[in-house]
Amino acid sequence: MEDIEHIVKKLKLIDENGVRLDGRRFDELRPIRIEAGILKKADGSAYIEWGNNRVLAAVYGPREAHPRHRQDPAKALVQCRYNMAPFSVTDRKRPGPDRRSVEISKVISEAFERVVFTEQFPRTSVDIFIEVLQADAGTRCAGLTAASVALADAGIPMRDLVASCASGKIGGVVCLDLNKDEDNFGEADCPMAIVHRTGEIVLLQMDGHLTQEEFHKAMDLSTEAAKRIYELQREALLRRYASVAEDMEEPRGGVPEPPAGVDEL
Amino acid sequence: MTEVIPELMREHIHRLAASGKRTDGRAFDETRKLVIEKNYIKTAEGSARVRLGNTDVLVGVKIDVGEPYPDTPNSGVLSTSAELIPMASPSFEAGPPSPVAIEVARVVDRGIRETKTVNLEKLCITPKEKVWIMFIDIHALDYDGNLFDAASYGAVAALSCAKVPASKLGQKDYRLPMEHWPISVTSAKIGDTIVVDPNLDEERIANARLTVATDENGDLRAMQKGLRGSFRWDEVRKVIETSERVGRVIREAIRA
Repeated sequence: MEDIEHIVKKLKLIDENGVRLDGRRFDELRPIRIEAGILKKADGSAYIEWGNNRVLAAVYGPREAHPRHRQDPAKALVQCRYNMAPFSVTDRKRPGPDRRSVEISKVISEAFERVVFTEQFPRTSVDIFIEVLQADAGTRCAGLTAASVALADAGIPMRDLVASCASGKIGGVVCLDLNKDEDNFGEADCPMAIVHRTGEIVLLQMDGHLTQEEFHKAMDLSTEAAKRIYELQREALLRRYASVAEDMEEPRGGVPEPPAGVDEL
Repeated sequence: MTEVIPELMREHIHRLAASGKRTDGRAFDETRKLVIEKNYIKTAEGSARVRLGNTDVLVGVKIDVGEPYPDTPNSGVLSTSAELIPMASPSFEAGPPSPVAIEVARVVDRGIRETKTVNLEKLCITPKEKVWIMFIDIHALDYDGNLFDAASYGAVAALSCAKVPASKLGQKDYRLPMEHWPISVTSAKIGDTIVVDPNLDEERIANARLTVATDENGDLRAMQKGLRGSFRWDEVRKVIETSERVGRVIREAIRA
């Protein structure tokens, strides 16, 4: 592992023209691509590429909650498991839950509990699995954004989609959507998630150093970006179900063709 | 089992809140009585017992010689854990740390780390080989709500009286170099009312929780939203302002 204490003193994260190491401006998102419904077994799924982040999300349920003593006779549980693949980071991550992923799983579960109509499915569990395949900072936001699409793909009744994004501060400038170098060597990072229709904040975390003014500026950036991310989520779902609708159209005579994307054996 | 009492309590607390009151007679932005006993444990390098109302937390700091992380060869190491032992509440279970315990430890850790409370670079003995390692252990003894703040005050107080055991290396023991004083203040949203330092009854019926750690300048160092509800931006703004204001008073109490 490199000695970051020395690198940090040399590195210039944002130049005098306001251009970041990867060429972005302060208010630019990395390229984001979302695809809905890419796993066969799961009730709903989504894949997201967000800069160099690559994250899968799958949803099972509502199904009988396990362990049983955790069942709630009044509503469904929303249980998220955020997990990083050992090869998703530069230094191999030991498999299994660590403290960081337990915390992230908890805050993402709580965020979705706000939007899922849990009271419709007592004693059940809506299980969300987020698998980070390749990480470049902002994986919880990417995972949450994908999981939201996966929930919709699973047909789970929800108040709205949740879009998530982070902002922070690098080289003294408040910037949107930090990548790994910016997160490691920057001054602050602040992920949030917002319900599009109501503007409710369902996830909010922060670490680093921001004045109150800087914090509000960062959150304005994230709020605007979340609107664009919401559109990408919607488009992914539309694409998915437009193609399903085509497949379902009755073929005139003859054997129905297999749906697109299913390999013939 | 659905908890009958909290359901009754819920109505009661909501009704009180609507008329500007709380179950224990506090104002919405009033914390419970804070009592801090520093150096409570002789076997620890630093310690503090904190009572925040009826919430009782003991925090110990152990400091020992160890190896630095390879990516920060010139810095000491800080590590925070929390144990929510079954003695403290009927809802706590024995066993490996629960997600709640992990969240408490990580939020406390974040406040202390991001504020650079202790200058870790001053805890280097031999670069790449030997540094001082600080373990902050949070022990909940009696749980009546708002562990986040009680644990955080305990951790800051315990660090502030901790001694680096340099006599182990044939030098003189010295005080841990405290440079900043992060104060975390937690608010809970009950219906449309926001109260600071929720007690257990309030915490159980709250829709959402927001912990904000500020420094001496009122700058933000760590934040964590919790529970299944949500906040609007204007509420977040208000919570931050309250946290800064309330935090100033608490900081003086801990420094004293």
